Amino acid sequence: MSLFVDFRKKLGAFCLDVCFDAADNVLGLLGASGSGKSMTLKCIAGIEKPDEGKIVLDGVTLFDSEKRINLPPQKRKVGYLFQSYALFPNMNVRQNILCGLHGESDRGFRERALVEILEMTQLQGFEKHRPHELSGGQQQRVALARILVGSPNLLMLDEPFSALDSQLRAHLQVEMRELLKSFGKSVLLVTHDRTEAYRLCHQIALVDGGKILTQKDTKALFSDPESREAALMTGCKNIMAAEKTGAYELFVPAWGVHLTTALPLRDGLTAVGIRAHYFNARTNHNRYPVRFVDLIEEPFENIFQFRYEKQDENSPSLWWHLPKDRMPREPYEAGIAPQNVLPLYG
Amino acid sequence: MDMFPLWNSLRVAAMSSVIVFFLGIFAAVYVSKLNRIAKGVVDVLLTLPLVLPPTVVGYFLLVTVGARRPLGLLLAEFGIQFVMTWYGGVLAASVIAFPLMYRTARGAFESFDETLAYAGQTLGLSGSYIFWRIRMPACRQGILAGFVLAFARALGEFGATIMLIGYTPGRTATISTTVFHLWRIGDDHGAFFWVTINLGISAVVLLTVNMLERKNKRTVIR
Repeated sequence: MSLFVDFRKKLGAFCLDVCFDAADNVLGLLGASGSGKSMTLKCIAGIEKPDEGKIVLDGVTLFDSEKRINLPPQKRKVGYLFQSYALFPNMNVRQNILCGLHGESDRGFRERALVEILEMTQLQGFEKHRPHELSGGQQQRVALARILVGSPNLLMLDEPFSALDSQLRAHLQVEMRELLKSFGKSVLLVTHDRTEAYRLCHQIALVDGGKILTQKDTKALFSDPESREAALMTGCKNIMAAEKTGAYELFVPAWGVHLTTALPLRDGLTAVGIRAHYFNARTNHNRYPVRFVDLIEEPFENIFQFRYEKQDENSPSLWWHLPKDRMPREPYEAGIAPQNVLPLYG
Repeated sequence: MDMFPLWNSLRVAAMSSVIVFFLGIFAAVYVSKLNRIAKGVVDVLLTLPLVLPPTVVGYFLLVTVGARRPLGLLLAEFGIQFVMTWYGGVLAASVIAFPLMYRTARGAFESFDETLAYAGQTLGLSGSYIFWRIRMPACRQGILAGFVLAFARALGEFGATIMLIGYTPGRTATISTTVFHLWRIGDDHGAFFWVTINLGISAVVLLTVNMLERKNKRTVIR
């Protein structure tokens, strides 16, 4: 455990109350905009001051309201990649990166570090360019180089890809994954994009209304979100109230179906979630006759909206994503493998 | 022709715009850090000379630094007398030109992207480095514009100047007071001469501003 964060901060009616820890890998803070993710980063960086709590990085206390410790941002050795990259417009690439080595007095060392980081971020030849002469991807690399050259103990990325178009984004996410692997220390990635979080993060903490809902390994979070909010935030389209009827069996009154699960059910089950991708016309598990009501066409897949035969009139239709080459065939029936039935509690 | 008014006007304008340059930036930085209510109050006080008639400002100056007033008497102890002296003109022009510098500088500082300062902090840059090497260059255009405006305003100052230092040929005469005086005594030719000089200076100032702007633009595009 190399980063420990537990603090509270009131911002008008909004109250930020976060508690999480991060190991030496990538932790994603996933949440909608306005949920307090960026403010959390600012508090860790020392730009904003929490009302109370504690922030410890690699055994060094950055902030502790009880011991009245509040290190200035300059002393925290925390790298912060801003959404806008915050490159200094009046400086060229070289000068920008050298800002990250400001505390280093050995000129030879500075030059060597500069050459090394330029090579690592593939920015050789751009030393004399001003930020506005670079593409979005290059600007991001300069901002990263400027941070990494000072070898921070923690790297924080605030929506790093939101300023880029979608094609470039996917490409840069792959590059970023390699770069983060070689960084080797804690990384916090703030994002509202679950695909991005899934691609880049080992662990994900879900942030909602200024609080951490849950923190789990990425794959575990998506395969067993456990709560209704977590299921929604990981993109589950079909969520409905359900009752536990057996150790591996539940009943969904609004859909009029009994479903078997792979996960053993606990008491206190309140709902069930089924991801739109996981309906299957071939499996014999949880198979029920359905009626299609609408089709939403997307570039590479179709979204079918359907209702179970015995479904309650007032409940919304279900969503089923299918690749374009796979159309449902008569008799219309939808099945779900038991491991894809997500039991939701609380 | 006695060229004293030209020389006097230029030195008064130059000195007061330099003074106002630093005071204005200082005030702008200081005020932009205040909370909302204090900001409103201080802002009104500092901007007042811009909206008051210059003669009213001159009246207030006379009331504060006049020869028989407490402050005037105190200053006299140190041999400083603002009334009827050329450096009284610097005081008058500074007070009048100050709001222009202050307001333009404040506008520039307030439109500064604070993320740049945050980024500097997390990179370990000191507060003064961030101010002089990041904030000031980013606000350069606005600050420069404020300086030129303040200079132009100081050069054309009349109301507060005539109240505080009057018109004494060869001692306190500036271009604007000279034009007024010559016109009043019916010396049309003399007045016209100084009007022409004033036009010339104004044209040079405006050309300088335009050139500075173009140069700035070029550095941005390059």
